[in-house]
Amino acid sequence: MTISIDPQKTNNESLQPKGWLRYFSFSLDHKVIGIQYLVCGFLFYLIGGTLASAIRIELASPMSDFMPRDVYNQVLTLHGTIMIFLWIVPVVNGAFGNYLIPFYVGARDMAFPRLNAVAFWLIPPSGFMLVASYFVEGAAQAGWTAYPPLSITTPQSGQIIWILSVLLLGGSSIFGGINFIATIIKLRRPGLKLMQLPMYCWAMLGTSILVVLSTPVLAGTLILLSFDIIANTGFFNPVLGGNVVVYQHLFWFYSHPAVYIMVLPAFGLVSEILPVHARKPLFGYTTMVFSIMGIVVLGLVVWAHHMFTSGTPPWMRLFFTIATAFIAVPTGIKFFNWVATLWGGKISINSAMLFSCGFIINFVFGGITGVALAQVPFDIHVHDTYFVVAHFHYIVYGGTVFIIFSSIYHWFPKVTGKMLNEKLGILHFTITFIGFNLCFAPQHWLGLNGMPRRVAEYDPQFQFVNQISSLGALLMAISTIPFLINVFLSLRNGKNAGDNPWNALTSEWLTSSPPPVENWKGEAPLVEEPYGYGKEISEQK
Amino acid sequence: MTTLDSSKEIQKNNSEVHETHEDFRMFGLITFLIADGMTFAGFFAAYLTYKAVNPLPDGAIYELELPIPTLNTILLLVSSATFHKAGKALLKDKNSDSQKWLFLTAFLGIIFLICQLFEYFHLPFGLTDNLFASTFYALTGFHGLHVTLGTLMILIIAWQSRINGGRLTSQNMFPLEAVELYWHFVDGIWVVLFIILYLL
Repeated sequence: MTISIDPQKTNNESLQPKGWLRYFSFSLDHKVIGIQYLVCGFLFYLIGGTLASAIRIELASPMSDFMPRDVYNQVLTLHGTIMIFLWIVPVVNGAFGNYLIPFYVGARDMAFPRLNAVAFWLIPPSGFMLVASYFVEGAAQAGWTAYPPLSITTPQSGQIIWILSVLLLGGSSIFGGINFIATIIKLRRPGLKLMQLPMYCWAMLGTSILVVLSTPVLAGTLILLSFDIIANTGFFNPVLGGNVVVYQHLFWFYSHPAVYIMVLPAFGLVSEILPVHARKPLFGYTTMVFSIMGIVVLGLVVWAHHMFTSGTPPWMRLFFTIATAFIAVPTGIKFFNWVATLWGGKISINSAMLFSCGFIINFVFGGITGVALAQVPFDIHVHDTYFVVAHFHYIVYGGTVFIIFSSIYHWFPKVTGKMLNEKLGILHFTITFIGFNLCFAPQHWLGLNGMPRRVAEYDPQFQFVNQISSLGALLMAISTIPFLINVFLSLRNGKNAGDNPWNALTSEWLTSSPPPVENWKGEAPLVEEPYGYGKEISEQK
Repeated sequence: MTTLDSSKEIQKNNSEVHETHEDFRMFGLITFLIADGMTFAGFFAAYLTYKAVNPLPDGAIYELELPIPTLNTILLLVSSATFHKAGKALLKDKNSDSQKWLFLTAFLGIIFLICQLFEYFHLPFGLTDNLFASTFYALTGFHGLHVTLGTLMILIIAWQSRINGGRLTSQNMFPLEAVELYWHFVDGIWVVLFIILYLL
């Protein structure tokens, strides 16, 4: 059976508000939804960043003098949850996925536009709930992992709101994942083969498979946890005969794949950006595709490497160490491919390129510490220390957030029709890169010397290094200012971008900037060679 | 028109159509059911782990009787068959037959829920008595929620398969097929649940 789509009817153009008001409506246009995700996520990034600054101010001195110890725990819980569930996951999946995937598959919109809008509109209320949970009596203070028995025994009303909020965000994530899978597999333009898709489609396909398979497990686990809190059951409460390790297994069954949910789309985005600005085809397309799928499969069977100190039996430690070490192989392949893409290319040094190269440098570092952490003897030594904090932030900030900024510089001309200011962009990159490394590189040393994470007070011998780290955090906070100024100035009177300022070949550039409601005026273009750089551009047109 | 009504969209497809594409609503539903199945998989994994590593404390009562759940298994299996019959009837444009089969399916679902509640009231343990009691209620309760939703959806499509004015016709089978797939899924989960909770 086939469905006939009348674009005028499905998108209801006449009923939608025009201009900026449409960003506050239940719009079904994938581009509007993508921008909604991005701006909403960025607002939460500012909140989460403020909390991070508060954490670093507190840690500038060994005593808890800036805030009480329980407030510190609440702040770090809120920081982690906001950054993961309201900034990274929605932006790197929802924002760029919604904006780009329909272009890449040659479609007018996502497969299920209404489900798409629902998935977005679940986010603002649940974000509001999450922030509000801080202000009720007994805010959540068990970290973003919400490990029992801490999450059960501490004051609970905030924890319950926290759980409900994360459940809603998980639902949003699952709806988004279903939509991406259906769009990429079923909605491809006739004549477009799977192996001709831009790499971001493959990354989003892999990510969405992980979302669909692992997020429901987290939802189930959190439902059981909420029963423990509200109904006094004992699933994870040892006092009532429960088992905390079961929670950890179920939680990490989601939350390890969640790391790939946060980073695989960034892999896809960087694979789009590098070839454009290096004017070279993406190196090793087929190996890239298989590495992504390899990461998806392996990513589902490595979760217990977070639990080497949770009484895991030796066979389990051995299995998860080996499986984790194997993930380094496809990830390494991708890195060599990116470097080989740059090799001998005609590289333009602009903000998008700089952030992408910053990503490569940071992520290699985070990847190496990741392989180290997978080794049981080393992991037991640094478990729950600042080494883990440093590793994790090298992956999600040095990796994913750098790519989010890189993508904003790359696609801003397409979305708005205006160029961003390059000087301010390079200033933004420089401060971010220095600040980020100054903030997190010293934390490796702190962790190796035994400074525990998630504690407001520490041994005075660590003070100097912590102050360097806090200085880096200050630079990161400052780096947001040139970025915001850049965006506002460029929106008002930026240089006109034209349809294709980068001379890129993928199909979002083959339409006007900003694109019309149905993406293309005429028929969707068939891009068989998304990375055919180094040839005559006119040949492609 | 403020809502996308796919069936009306299809009926109008001879006028002002711009593009067509394959119907992948079923594909989306299957993806969703995989996700839903993973929630159950998580619960089952937790239950089996508890079974393996957490001994039942002294004096704790966790005993299940087989007759009611066996009856429930039969009820659900029969209801899957009656649902299938409803689809066959609708395909032959026998709307009233289809409606009868659907009401029968919903009736079986309701009986299932009543039996389940009856079992709850007659079990010798409560929700918070011990770990296995909690897991039992969480698993059967979560499944019961699915049966409740399914029964409500069956009643809705039964209403929509009425002869005059219903939107469920042999040209628009999707609502029925979707609920049928969901119902078979819930049925399949029950069989797994029955084996794991009652027989193991």
